[in-house]
Amino acid sequence: MRRKDTKNKPKSIMEMGFDFEKPILELQTKIAELKEFSEANKIDMSSEIDSLEEKLKERKGEVYQNLTPWQRIQIARHPARPYTLDYISRIMDEFKELHGDRRFADDKAIVAGMAKLDGQNVMVIGHQKGRDVKERTYRRFGMPNPEGYRKALRIMKLAERFNVPIITFVDTPGAYPGVGAEERGQAEAIAVNLEEMSLLKVPVIVVVIGEGGSGGALGIGVGNRVLILEYAYYSVISPEGCAAILWKSGAEAPRAADALKLTGKDLLKLGVVDDIIPEPAGGAHNDTEAMAKTLKATLLNELKRFKSMSPEEIVTSRYEKFRNLGVYVG
Amino acid sequence: MSLFGRPKYSKIFIKKKDIPQGLWEKCKNCQEIIHKRQLEENLLTCPKCNFLYPISAAARIASLVDEGTFVEINGELRSSDPLKFVDSKPYSQRQESSIKSTGLNDAIITGWGTIKSIETALGVMDFSFMGGSMGSVVGEKVTRLVEFGIKREMPVVVISASGGARMQESTLSLMQMAKTSAAIGRLREKNLPYISILTNPTTGGTTASFASLGDVIIAEPKALIGFAGPRVIQQTIKQDLPDGFQKSEFLLEHGLVDMIVDRKDMRDTLHFILSFLISGRPAKKNENVGSQSAKRGSRNNGSGTVEELAMARSIN
Repeated sequence: MRRKDTKNKPKSIMEMGFDFEKPILELQTKIAELKEFSEANKIDMSSEIDSLEEKLKERKGEVYQNLTPWQRIQIARHPARPYTLDYISRIMDEFKELHGDRRFADDKAIVAGMAKLDGQNVMVIGHQKGRDVKERTYRRFGMPNPEGYRKALRIMKLAERFNVPIITFVDTPGAYPGVGAEERGQAEAIAVNLEEMSLLKVPVIVVVIGEGGSGGALGIGVGNRVLILEYAYYSVISPEGCAAILWKSGAEAPRAADALKLTGKDLLKLGVVDDIIPEPAGGAHNDTEAMAKTLKATLLNELKRFKSMSPEEIVTSRYEKFRNLGVYVG
Repeated sequence: MSLFGRPKYSKIFIKKKDIPQGLWEKCKNCQEIIHKRQLEENLLTCPKCNFLYPISAAARIASLVDEGTFVEINGELRSSDPLKFVDSKPYSQRQESSIKSTGLNDAIITGWGTIKSIETALGVMDFSFMGGSMGSVVGEKVTRLVEFGIKREMPVVVISASGGARMQESTLSLMQMAKTSAAIGRLREKNLPYISILTNPTTGGTTASFASLGDVIIAEPKALIGFAGPRVIQQTIKQDLPDGFQKSEFLLEHGLVDMIVDRKDMRDTLHFILSFLISGRPAKKNENVGSQSAKRGSRNNGSGTVEELAMARSIN
């Protein structure tokens, strides 16, 4: 009987099983049990159920407002979290994917193509992760090879030539650390993107939708506007990697996550991001439709900013934005 | 009989502390005992096996520019620990001890001097300062150096030795990659040469930004150069790495660097390349290089588009 009930619960919560979600999970189990009991015994318990559901809503709010940076990272990496193609299919009227870097291969960890956003032409580029084991391998866990960055640049240059604004979705643990990637110049591919993106004469809007993993994220992340979803993160190194180097123990990752100041609020203070896009209660994976709606509205608003700007203004303002990043004395 | 009973070789026992510290050095590579002065005169290259020892930024600069011509710029910049970062030690403490042990304020010296009479904006990283890591200061100094090159119409040379972005400044360090690369984009639009020299080691965010953007990229022999560290790659792919992986020779083979040059030949090589590339440029307009206006008060004055447009027009 109970097993049947768990099937009806939001799948994501069951998959998650994060410690901080236990109070939510407990309440949900209780509500389900009560419902079942009242149905089976034909007793009206709707007032009890309602009060519990009210409590559940409160709890969700509490839990999600007080997440530690490490817990936020778990949400950003959640297997049910929407990925680039999930948003594209919900936000864009049409999407024609473009493939390949014309030099070596088509990298599956980055998707790119022509899209229509409320009738407007936009070029969309984003990291793409996979949902199941097979797809994850196919997408290389969202970790691009150099070809991915070169494909992205080729398509951004195409957008520039035909005066089409660019939207990028950032969601990667980092650029792929592999032998082939090094042989084909992973560092060069990223570096060239950083230089070339800074010179693009069309607006670039960057949204960090999940993981902003270091240079692998920045490689498609040089934008006039850089936005971040509420529970996404952006960091110079993974907390695990940082802990292994500085604390000599990967187990210190939660402490590293604190120290790295990688949450939206911190990044906004540092000037690394320009705005935070709120997520639905319980995170984007709890309500992908609502998240997509918010994201679409935000993107439409952002595009309006550039309507009256000249190409020179677009280049200069992007340059100045990154030129001013950094804190030092002397 | 005592004559014949004498041992053939007399042994002299010297306690370690009796040897004057640092007079002799055993080569880490070929085990040859080398006199330290000889090693220094040879630009910290083993005279027997050509093994390259780490060299300080100051010694490197001295080996490249004409004597007495180097003028440092922005030497006073220091990190202010914007994140108040504490790991097993506070960042501020790590920084202080690095400043004390190296005599530098951060992991790069920038300035300008002449290389066989060619005026050159030169930045040299020093690995001994927190692993040559790039935080706000390194990013700012490289950017200002490039802007200085644009303003003075000088070629820019940057010599890297770096473990990558500095973790203690997190995303601010990461953003220096975009900042420095964007500055080089502007330098390239002005057709001023940018030469990048990669030394052991150059990895991570430094490789993935200004170090990989040279019009000509030179590597020192056998230097470790890459994006991800070899250990990270090994842990990811769970296979042994190929021989010589991520060494200069490997990069040359894969078309990622133009040439490998010995330390002692670097000055001549640089001079050849720089004079080759700038010989076709029109004569400079602003011949006020000797003045000390190098130190800029505010950092936004160099980026005015009006000034650059004027400069571009004057070139045409």
